[in-house]
Amino acid sequence: MRRLLLVVWLGLLTLAAGLLPGVFASPAWAAFALLPLAALAWGWVLLERNWRSWRYAERADDLLISRGVLWREETVVPYGRMQLVEVTSGPVERHFGLASVQLHTAAAATDATIPGLDPAEAERLRDRLTELGEARSAGL
Amino acid sequence: MTVTGSENDADGPNGTAAPAEAAPAEAAPDTAPGAARGVIERRLHPVTPLRRAWAPVAVLVGWAVHDPDQAQRQLTRLTTTGLLIGIAVLIPAAALYGFLTWWFTHFAVTDTELRIRTGLLFRRTAHIRLERVQAIDVTQPLLARVAGVAKLRLDVIGTGKKDELAFLGADEARALRAELLARAAGFAPETAHEVGEAPSTRLLNVPPGVIAVSLLLTGATWGTLAAAVVVPVLLWLATHSLWTVLATAVPLAGAAGAHTVGRFVTEYDWTVAESPDGLRVDRGLLDRTHETVPPGRVQTVRIVQPLLWRRRDWVRVELDVAGSSNSALLPVAPRGIAESLVARVLPGVSVPPPAALSRPPRRSWRCAPLRWRGYGLAVTDAVFAARYGLLRRSLALVPHAKVQSVRLTQGPWQRLARVADVRVDTGAGKTVAAKLRDAGEAAELLRAQAERSRTGRRDARPDRWMTGD
Repeated sequence: MRRLLLVVWLGLLTLAAGLLPGVFASPAWAAFALLPLAALAWGWVLLERNWRSWRYAERADDLLISRGVLWREETVVPYGRMQLVEVTSGPVERHFGLASVQLHTAAAATDATIPGLDPAEAERLRDRLTELGEARSAGL
Repeated sequence: MTVTGSENDADGPNGTAAPAEAAPAEAAPDTAPGAARGVIERRLHPVTPLRRAWAPVAVLVGWAVHDPDQAQRQLTRLTTTGLLIGIAVLIPAAALYGFLTWWFTHFAVTDTELRIRTGLLFRRTAHIRLERVQAIDVTQPLLARVAGVAKLRLDVIGTGKKDELAFLGADEARALRAELLARAAGFAPETAHEVGEAPSTRLLNVPPGVIAVSLLLTGATWGTLAAAVVVPVLLWLATHSLWTVLATAVPLAGAAGAHTVGRFVTEYDWTVAESPDGLRVDRGLLDRTHETVPPGRVQTVRIVQPLLWRRRDWVRVELDVAGSSNSALLPVAPRGIAESLVARVLPGVSVPPPAALSRPPRRSWRCAPLRWRGYGLAVTDAVFAARYGLLRRSLALVPHAKVQSVRLTQGPWQRLARVADVRVDTGAGKTVAAKLRDAGEAAELLRAQAERSRTGRRDARPDRWMTGD
């Protein structure tokens, strides 16, 4: 989905950079359109790598989420600390048959989201996490 | 007379509606005994409308100050009769507004909840579960002290804004606080009235002289004072415009005042006492504040030491409690006393001495050229302690039981230096970071910390601290 956004925005930028100088100045300036085009190709590769980097593991007592290529982040949430498990699916996500699972703990800083899951898997994960969370529930 | 008369008419439907509204709420299973006794709804102290009446006046004054030219023009246009009519309309309107908001605010204490119903046009009913209450404060602003009333504020997780009852009679506020704390502690509802204020032992009192010296040794004090003097002078030299200078000088002087005199006034006569209901903090010269933090609610403790306090080895202790914004437990105290107080707030915790903190590896200077020297980390059986700051040192302690999630982050520069950050998130919305740890150590720390935070909860104290439910 982020690729879609990337293509849409950078595609527009390419058009703008290519057409505007081409119309108002000499056509040679239209070469500026190459810059966003290069960014598009690069971003395409980067998003591919970023997408591959997302991982999650249901461990015995906690959920591990790992992501990122250059800026790497690993999050561990003990099942007992989960307050709420959410499955969300926006219109674009639905179009591609995807859903994301988001975990909430009492700490607002906990940003534990697993995007781009198969809806069936997302629901299985939600039920499993809720079940584990209930079994190991603890207050604040 | 007509005003109150119409008010009584308006009260009719409201008064009859109230029991009907309360009845279904009482059907909740755990309040079943309460249903038999019925819930007594109470009103706030009758002085309250006076406070509320200020709101429309304040709006007018605010407008006049904000836009003086137009206010002047409007004033000249007004004739004396116009002015009189305006006053004749405005004052009863303000009085009516104050009266109505007071009239429509009710509160009731049930076995498990405090209920507040308020609102004239937009009704709001808050049910606050008592075992989730994080702290209860009784505050008395200066005017309220004169009138003999007080404000009761409750900190609850998840509400951004404090739920407050303003105003109650001073004695009533104290009795209500004792009752709420007794119920939150799990005393039987029948006896909760009689339990009364738990006995407290005074732990320490900060003398005014120490507070004054500590403020003199704080950079922020001198910084704001210098700004208040230098900036207007420079502006005057640059522009020679009196209004510009005044417009900047007044807020700056206000900030300087708040940082010096204001802080002294709020921190004056700071007394910390211990009671079975938790720590009590009483403070203030003009506005008296009495705070109570029940046991087991503290998420993070921070020990802060500004540069100039280092020679005297004074520290400041701050607390993070979920749902609460105010934080200071102790404005200034010698380190030994502060550490013994921390041991009371977090039972079984000893503050790791500075020598026990392990520093980031030397190669991490590439990520944070100077600051890396300030970072430090110590993990004991009870707490995760991380220090940061070169000049103003701040050591944050998180009990393992309060850790909600653990994160490891590593940026590209950190990867080159083979270091990583470990962050723990607490329920107070704060994150404590142990920065620039060796990568291998960080991975091990992430695993071990998740394990500790999971097991740390087992020996934590119960929510209802007296009965142990």
